[in-house]
Amino acid sequence: MSIQHLNNIITGKQEYNITVYTENQIGLLNRIAIIFTRRKINIESLNTSPSEIDSIHRFDIVLNETEEVVRKLARQIEKQVEVLKVYYHTNEEIIWQEMALYKVPTDTIAEKVLVERLLREHGARAVVIRKDYTVFETTGHRTETDNLLEALQPYGLIEFVRSARIAIIKSSEGFNRKLREFEQLEPGQEVSENEFLSSRDKVFTM
Amino acid sequence: MEVLQEEILISPEKKETMYVSGGVALLEGLIAEGVDTIFGYPGGAIMPIYDALYDYKEKLNHILVRHEQGGIHAGQGYARSSGKVGVVFATSGPGATNLITGLADAQIDSTPLVCITGQVFAHLLGTDAFQETDVINITTPVTKWNYQVTDATEIPEVMAKAFHIARSGRPGPVLIDITKNAQIQKFDFEGYEICNHVRSYRPKPIVRNEYVEQAAELINQAKKPFVIWGQGVILGEAEKEFQAFIEKTNIPAAWTILGVSAIPTDHELNVGMLGMHGNYGPNVLTNECDVLIAIGMRFDDRVTGRLDKYAKQAKIIHLDIDPAEIDKNVQTTVPVWGDCKETLPLLMNLCDQKKHTEWLQLFRDYQQKEVDAVIDVELKPKSGELTMGEVINQLNILTNGEAIIVTDVGQHQMVACRYAKFNKTRSNITSGGLGTMGFALPAAIGAKFGAPERTVVSVSGDGGFQMTIQELGTIMQTGIDVKMIILNNRFLGMVRQWQDMFNDKRYSFVDIQSPDFVAVAAAYRIEGKCISEREQLQSSLKEMLEHKGSYLLEVMVTKENNVFPMVPQGCSVSEIRLK
Ligand SMILES: Cc1ncc(C[n+]2csc(CCOP(=O)(O)OP(=O)(O)O)c2C)c(N)n1
Repeated sequence: MSIQHLNNIITGKQEYNITVYTENQIGLLNRIAIIFTRRKINIESLNTSPSEIDSIHRFDIVLNETEEVVRKLARQIEKQVEVLKVYYHTNEEIIWQEMALYKVPTDTIAEKVLVERLLREHGARAVVIRKDYTVFETTGHRTETDNLLEALQPYGLIEFVRSARIAIIKSSEGFNRKLREFEQLEPGQEVSENEFLSSRDKVFTM
Repeated sequence: MEVLQEEILISPEKKETMYVSGGVALLEGLIAEGVDTIFGYPGGAIMPIYDALYDYKEKLNHILVRHEQGGIHAGQGYARSSGKVGVVFATSGPGATNLITGLADAQIDSTPLVCITGQVFAHLLGTDAFQETDVINITTPVTKWNYQVTDATEIPEVMAKAFHIARSGRPGPVLIDITKNAQIQKFDFEGYEICNHVRSYRPKPIVRNEYVEQAAELINQAKKPFVIWGQGVILGEAEKEFQAFIEKTNIPAAWTILGVSAIPTDHELNVGMLGMHGNYGPNVLTNECDVLIAIGMRFDDRVTGRLDKYAKQAKIIHLDIDPAEIDKNVQTTVPVWGDCKETLPLLMNLCDQKKHTEWLQLFRDYQQKEVDAVIDVELKPKSGELTMGEVINQLNILTNGEAIIVTDVGQHQMVACRYAKFNKTRSNITSGGLGTMGFALPAAIGAKFGAPERTVVSVSGDGGFQMTIQELGTIMQTGIDVKMIILNNRFLGMVRQWQDMFNDKRYSFVDIQSPDFVAVAAAYRIEGKCISEREQLQSSLKEMLEHKGSYLLEVMVTKENNVFPMVPQGCSVSEIRLK
C-alpha cells in the first residue's frame, strides 16, 4: 500500500475526476485553474480537449480530495460564466486511460532479451525505432505505466513522459441534448440545477 | 431574378449601419444601456475612447476622479445607491492596476460594475510595451467576467454581454480590456442589441417547489424560528416581499451590515445586527433558535464566528440565488435555491400566521441588557469626551433615517452600522466583505450621483479618510453635495482595539497623525469645521446638513474607546462579550 493510499484512508480523500463542459474561450483555463490554486489544492492531472460537440470544450481534471471539497470546487467552477456544466466522479464511475512514452537505448533492447519480454508483457508498442534509441508507448492506468517505468529504470531509460488522464463517464448520455436546452432562454430544470441538488433526495426528516 | 428576390426579402430588415470607430460604438452601447454617468481617468491607451467622449458630453456625464481607485469606489457607490450598473474608465497599466482594490471589493460585495480599460495595440501584446499589464489575468480572480477586445466589431456584442452579466443573477464586476487599435478601428456598426441570454450562464435557478414546501413545513413547526438576512434582499429588490414574509410569520429578523436598510430600523421585528460587533440578542439566540432562515446572505466568518459552534441545534433553511453558497460554510437542512423575490412569496403563502410572543420577548430582554451595559453609555454619555455613538445618534435625530450613510472601515464603521437609523432601502453603503479603508469618500460621491435627490453622509475615521483624501478634488470640480464626517480618535482605532484586547496593549504603529482636515478641505474650497465639545455637536451637524454643497465636519472623539459587544475571533457567537 502506498503512502498516499494510507493517507487517503486517514483523511477520507480519494481520487476524483472532474469533467467540465465549457465554451471555447481564451482565459478560461486560468479562471478554472485559480479556483484550485487559491485554495492550495493540487491538480494531479489536467486535460483539455474538444468534446463530442463542435464548439464545446471539455476539461478533465483529476485531484485527490474529500468529496466535500470536490463538491464545493465543482460548484465554484460551474459558477463561471463560460462553464456550462460540471460533473465529478470516482474512478469506479469512469473509464479512464493515460498514455506514456518511454525512450530507451536501442542497443540494450537488442542485447537484453529480458527488456524485450518486459515490454511485451506491459503491452508496450514501439512508436519509433532508431539506431540509437527506441520510443515505446503504453496506455493504461497509472499503476501500469508506473510499473513499466520502474522496470525500465535499470536499463538506461533516457526519457519518460505521461499524458494527463482522459476519462469517459460510464453513465453519461453525452452533452448534445443538454446543450440544446442550454440554448433556450427558459431551460429545463435539469440544466439549470447543479447535480448535487438533484441527487439530494431526502432533504430532511422531522 | 433570384438575386432580385433575395434583395427584396432582405432589404426591409436591413438595418441602418453607421461607419464608426470602436470608441464611438462603445459609447453608443453605454447610451443604449441607459448609462448616464461614467467615473474615469484618461491615459494613453484609452485616448481614442476619450476622444469619442468629447462629442458625447451632452449625453454622458463623465466624472474626472483623482485616482482610479476613487473612480471605481465611486462606481460602486453609484451602483449601490441607484441599483444600476456603475461604469468606470481607466487606462492601461497603472490605471488598470489601480482598479484592483475596487474590483475585489465589488466582487465580494456583489456590486454590478462594467469597467473599461484601455490596452496597448494588439500587435504589442506580450512585448512588455509601455504601460502594458496583463490586465485580464490579474483581474480574473476579482471579476465575475472579463474579456479582452482586439477587434472593434466585437464591441457591441461584448458590451451587451458585459452589462447582462454584471447586473443579472448574483451581480458583480465585469472588466472589458480594449486594445487601442480596436478603439480606433472603424467598422459598420449595425446598432446595439441588449443581451438577455448567454447560453453557458444561468443567472437565475428554477425554483423547486418541494424545497419551498419543506421549508414552510419546518417554519410552521418551529417554536423559535429566526430570520437572518443580507444584501440579497436588496439586490433582489425583494424588500416588500421580505417584510411581508416576516410580518405574516412574526419571526424576529436580524441583519448583516450589507442588508441593514432593507426594512426600517425601527420595525418591530427588526432585532438588530449579526456578527462580531452585532447585537447581543441576535448573536446569543442564534445558538438557541430551532429553525434558522438565512435569506440572501452568505455566512461570512465575521457573521458566524466559530463555525463548529454555530447554530448547531437548529435546522437551517438557506434562500440564495447562488448555488455555490449553499452548504459552502454552513450545512443546510433545506436549500431554497432561487431569486428571493420569487421564493419569498411562495414561502409566505405556505407559512401559517404565528405570534412567537415569548420568543420575541427574549430578544427584547437581551436588548435591554445591551442598552444598559453598552448602548446608553455610548449614545448618551453625560460627561467626558465625545463618543462616536453620540455623533451617529444626533445624526439620526436630524436626518430621521432618510439619509444615505456611507461608511469607511474601522471602529466608526461598526458604530455607524450599529446605531444609524434607516427608513429607506439602499441607504447603508459600506465595504462589508473586503473592509476597504478609503472606500467612504469616493463611494459617497458616487452614491450622490446615483441618488441626487437624497442626502448623502459619509462617515470615516482619521486613518481611512487619508487613504482617498484626494477625491476632495472630485468634489471641488463637480460641485457635488456630500456631507463628510470624520470621527477622529487619533488612532487606527480598530487595530488599536485588537492590540488592546489581544496583544497586551502593545500599540504597534496605530498612533496616526493627521493634517488639519478642515484646512485641507478649505484648500479644495470645501467648507468645514472641527469640533470637540458636546454642546457644539447638534448645531454643527445641523449646520453641516443645511449647508448648501459639500461640507466636512471633523469630530474629535475619545481616543481609546472600544466597540462592544464583540465576538472575539475564533469564538462562538454565543460567547459574545459586553465588555
Ligand atoms: C486598505 C486597508 N488597510 C488596512 C486595513 C486594516 N484596518 C482595518 S480597520 C483599521 C483602522 C482604521 O482606522 P481609522 O480609519 O482611523 O478608523 P477607526 O477604526 O479609528 O474608526 C485598519 C488599519 C484595512 N481594513 N484596509
